[in-house]
Amino acid sequence: MASANSTAVVPLLDRRLIFVTGKGGVGKTTVASALALLASQEGRRTLVCEVDSKGNLDGFFGSKPLEFAPTQVAPNLFAMAMDTEESLREYLKLQLKLPLISRLGPLARTFDFVATAAPGVKEILTVGKLAWEVKERHYDLVVVDATATGHVVGQLASPVAMSELVSVGIVRQQTEWMIQLLTDPAITGVVVVTTPEEMPVNETLELIERLGTETTIDIAGVIANRVLPEVFNRAEEAIFDDLDTDRGRTALTEAVGVGSDIVMDAARLAISLRRSRSEHLDRLRRELPKDMPLSYVPYLFTRSHGVRTTRQVAEFLGQELL
Amino acid sequence: MARRRSVSSVGLEELVAAKEILISCGSGGVGKTTAAATIGAMAATHHGGKVLVLTVDPAKRLANALGLERFGNTETRVPEAAFEAAGVSPRGELWAAMLDTKQSWDDLIVRHAPDVPTRDAILSNPLYQNLTGKFIQSHDYVAMERLYEIHTSGRYDLIVVDTPPTRNAIDFLDAPERMADFFSSRLLRWLIAPYRSRVIGFASKPFYTVADRILGSQFLSDIAEFFILFQSMYDGFVERARAVEKLLGSSMTSFVVVSTLEAAPAHEANAFMELLDERKLHLGALVLNKVLPASMLDRPAAAAAADLSARRDEIAESLASLIGSDPNLARVLGVIGENFTNFAVVAKREAEQRSEMARLPDTVVSVPEMEHDVSDLRGLLEIGGHLWR
Repeated sequence: MASANSTAVVPLLDRRLIFVTGKGGVGKTTVASALALLASQEGRRTLVCEVDSKGNLDGFFGSKPLEFAPTQVAPNLFAMAMDTEESLREYLKLQLKLPLISRLGPLARTFDFVATAAPGVKEILTVGKLAWEVKERHYDLVVVDATATGHVVGQLASPVAMSELVSVGIVRQQTEWMIQLLTDPAITGVVVVTTPEEMPVNETLELIERLGTETTIDIAGVIANRVLPEVFNRAEEAIFDDLDTDRGRTALTEAVGVGSDIVMDAARLAISLRRSRSEHLDRLRRELPKDMPLSYVPYLFTRSHGVRTTRQVAEFLGQELL
Repeated sequence: MARRRSVSSVGLEELVAAKEILISCGSGGVGKTTAAATIGAMAATHHGGKVLVLTVDPAKRLANALGLERFGNTETRVPEAAFEAAGVSPRGELWAAMLDTKQSWDDLIVRHAPDVPTRDAILSNPLYQNLTGKFIQSHDYVAMERLYEIHTSGRYDLIVVDTPPTRNAIDFLDAPERMADFFSSRLLRWLIAPYRSRVIGFASKPFYTVADRILGSQFLSDIAEFFILFQSMYDGFVERARAVEKLLGSSMTSFVVVSTLEAAPAHEANAFMELLDERKLHLGALVLNKVLPASMLDRPAAAAAADLSARRDEIAESLASLIGSDPNLARVLGVIGENFTNFAVVAKREAEQRSEMARLPDTVVSVPEMEHDVSDLRGLLEIGGHLWR
């Protein structure tokens, strides 16, 4: 881990609530699943929660479709899908200790529809439920497959936004402990996932700046996913360049048949992809705050999208984080 | 909807020529914005007329690619110079606009508010400011609303819309409907009734007591004020929402679903395509981005790669006379072979994913992984070449 000031940084898996975000398509869910799996393998009772209604976290554990009530997907590891209506129901039952839940039918429905238009209600029901699990110590660690970069600030800032809107009442009291828990770096951290490509790197840097100015939530680190391996070192690349000539290619065709040109094109593609991506990675490293931990997960040339991938990524993260 | 079993070899050109509105959708990070900009640039270049690309994405990336410094809520023409720099002379005009959510909401209020005091009261209500400024669901509705407004103005021959990065593409389609439902809800009237009449009926009293306990009365009255004010615009909103819905379903409109062949975006794209089909909305095309070249599936190449890995030492020796003997040569040959085999595994998986996704759309086009991110019109038109074929 490239941490210049490691004493000030709380190790990622020692935290109790981790929000995993990043630009769409960078592999947020992969990283969130792998982090949760890694933590559970380390003996931490872990909950992983998907917040987007995409509903594909189950695929990363090969489990049945996930629900609001957690499903055990591995030893020490539980997974759930956020559902704000369920969250509200649970909240009313637990927090208000209201005896006549049946009378709350219209209230719940009102909430649901106020939530459609009124700001932040869905966000706070989401963040609130997760923070509750942490507060009550139901789990050692809660990993959140959070919303993408564009929206995560709104989600994380929702308790503050809510406390500004609501000046008294139970919701107000609720936001107070939530804010406390969310802003304690020993408890809560945000992990930003990126890939070594231009737009994801730009958005990562923008997000880190926004999180810094618009929230007081600690950024636990950046994980660069799908990092292509170096194809050749300098000496080897010189040899490759010699091979990648008319003479070289003709000789290769003689040696291994007509398919050799395509094989050479593929090697050329790999080299140039790797090169353009390292530039973005270098820029990321340069522009991130100096003490921000940056970890890498290699591009996996695999036929699998499921459990196998989650395990492999967890293994790589283990090497980086433990 | 006509379904062709085999993947059509026709590109997007026909579709783009036939429609007035194209809506580019898909999950985040798959190249939705680039696809929208590309379609716009290609249409302006080859078909002519006035073309508008309307982007809703808060990330301001389209501007760079179109050679605009920055553009806001107002429609801005992409300078001819940008086309000249890309080496083409367009037959038509390309325009671009970005959706400023806050500004669009304000415009909407100004348009629908019955009088000035109502307008000002809404604009200064804390709930309204939150709704438009901070929270995301409101993108969906104004995006649709703005599309409708621009389309009815008749200013453009083609409007290409880059949809907001919703958590769920369905939210976007449902936005007008939801807005209409919301305003016509009996529950809403019930909620705000006591604030309107200042008399709480016996039946609803426990409800308000509970609501007060949870939310506090200030918040409740803010909500109530907001909705009472909003109700004055009820008819305008519902009428608009219905009109927008109708426009989305009309034969003028088609959806272009954008995805990569990775599991998560593909899963979402599939779900969205099924939904479009279910709702009888026109699925014009599926655009697949970052696709590995088809040559990665080539059999003779796979054989050659396997051969290179297996007989690296022997082949290195036979090549030594040609490029000199080097201790690293055998290793390089092995890596070249393994690299292809690695890519071939991914390409095979992609091909399977592609054939699964190709069931519903009439047209499927693949765009290869670009070595560099698109930063100018030339880059867009290069991608356009892949879409058009």
